[in-house]
Amino acid sequence: MTRHDTAMSGTAAEAMIVMAEVEKWYGSFQALSGINLSVRRGEKIVLCGPSGSGKSTLIRCINHLEAYQKGEIRVGGTLLGDDGRTIDAVRREVGMVFQHFNLFPHMSVLRNCMLAPMRALGIGRKEAEATARDLLARVKIIEQADKYPAQLSGGQQQRVAIARALCMRPSVMLFDEPTSALDPEMVKEVLDTMVALAEEGMTMICVTHEMGFARQVADRVIFMAEGSIVEEAPPDIFFTQPRHARTRKFLGEILRSH
Amino acid sequence: MNLGEFLFLLSGLKWTVALSAIAFVFGCAGGLAIALMRTSGIVPLERATAGYIALFQGTPLLMQLFVVYYGLALLGLHLNAWVAVSLGFTLHASAYLGEIWRGAIQAVPRGQTEASSALSLKYVSRMKDVVLPQALRISLPATIGFLVQLIKGTSLASIVGFTELARAGNMVSNQIFKPLLVFGVVGILYFLMCWPLSLYGAHLERRLAAAER
Repeated sequence: MTRHDTAMSGTAAEAMIVMAEVEKWYGSFQALSGINLSVRRGEKIVLCGPSGSGKSTLIRCINHLEAYQKGEIRVGGTLLGDDGRTIDAVRREVGMVFQHFNLFPHMSVLRNCMLAPMRALGIGRKEAEATARDLLARVKIIEQADKYPAQLSGGQQQRVAIARALCMRPSVMLFDEPTSALDPEMVKEVLDTMVALAEEGMTMICVTHEMGFARQVADRVIFMAEGSIVEEAPPDIFFTQPRHARTRKFLGEILRSH
Repeated sequence: MNLGEFLFLLSGLKWTVALSAIAFVFGCAGGLAIALMRTSGIVPLERATAGYIALFQGTPLLMQLFVVYYGLALLGLHLNAWVAVSLGFTLHASAYLGEIWRGAIQAVPRGQTEASSALSLKYVSRMKDVVLPQALRISLPATIGFLVQLIKGTSLASIVGFTELARAGNMVSNQIFKPLLVFGVVGILYFLMCWPLSLYGAHLERRLAAAER
């Protein structure tokens, strides 16, 4: 696996994330098989597929919330191993937003955003607060800075979670079904935040069934089934001329339900 | 019962409080260590602490006190009564608090640890800043419930000759031959210590339930 070693020069087409022949098992169940994926700096990827197809597992491997057993993953040139040093190096580069927000319920919104920069990056309180306020303003929720997560709506909580991840100044953002747990009327505010982030040039991998979002911002849409990547294409081609029967069936189901 | 005898009971009460406090404070430290080892993911540590908890939950407190008090003396380790009894109760409290807090740590949603990890927080910060504050809240009612048990449990120290409230009562009763009166007063003294704590525990439980709604 030496073919990726030279791909890390500082060009515009620089590969931010490279997954090569990644395999993952839960016991005897193979969750990911033969995953090859390369994401350039600034690229926006939408991952979709039926539940249990391994799309969440795939992005959770990128920041080592799940270990993988074979192949290799590189993030910004760091080969992700099982040791704390490379895991930490990768996690500093990669922000993540979860389906259920996972805000810290015992801290104010502001403290939620300040904790990791202070503890993991060693940034001082004043600077961490300034950064947090700046990013909370960018996700348009600065007026809630002193409230606790339980006092906010789902959409507001998810925007705080996005700001919290951005406070670490990541170069990649992973979104794991960020709107699936939201009431319909709150989906838009979160998607708008993600679109704004995309327009600023953030590298993003989004697991989502929001096909409108995929059409609007994705450079590539990837369809997964049974732990493998079945098809990937730019959105205009993906939605109009899907090559595989499984993709067509999935698109038929998901577009009918929307 | 005259004033002198009542004051003698109060001096026993003082030792009951002191012993409970020592056992609780050291038990908290030991229990935290055990709860962290029990949830560490390091198999030998998890097995060892699981065994420790099983041993102390599966044997009577009285037997544990005998083993520490007489057993260590047989091994040539002569501890004074205070040290021996404190050690026995500390080991006992560590096991129970360790198990209560193990459950509380595991009751904190997995997403909390995952979010902390994704934010590249290390183990110490994940525990200190994120998991333990939530776990302690969850465990408060059970922890206070155990403290009440512990206070009453210190009466067993009388068996190894430690003059706390129960033994003081026994001595006074033997002098004035009014067991019903004396043990009635002793019971009221225990009740006055434990009941406010129970009320406080129930209050916390209600507040916790309200906060989660």
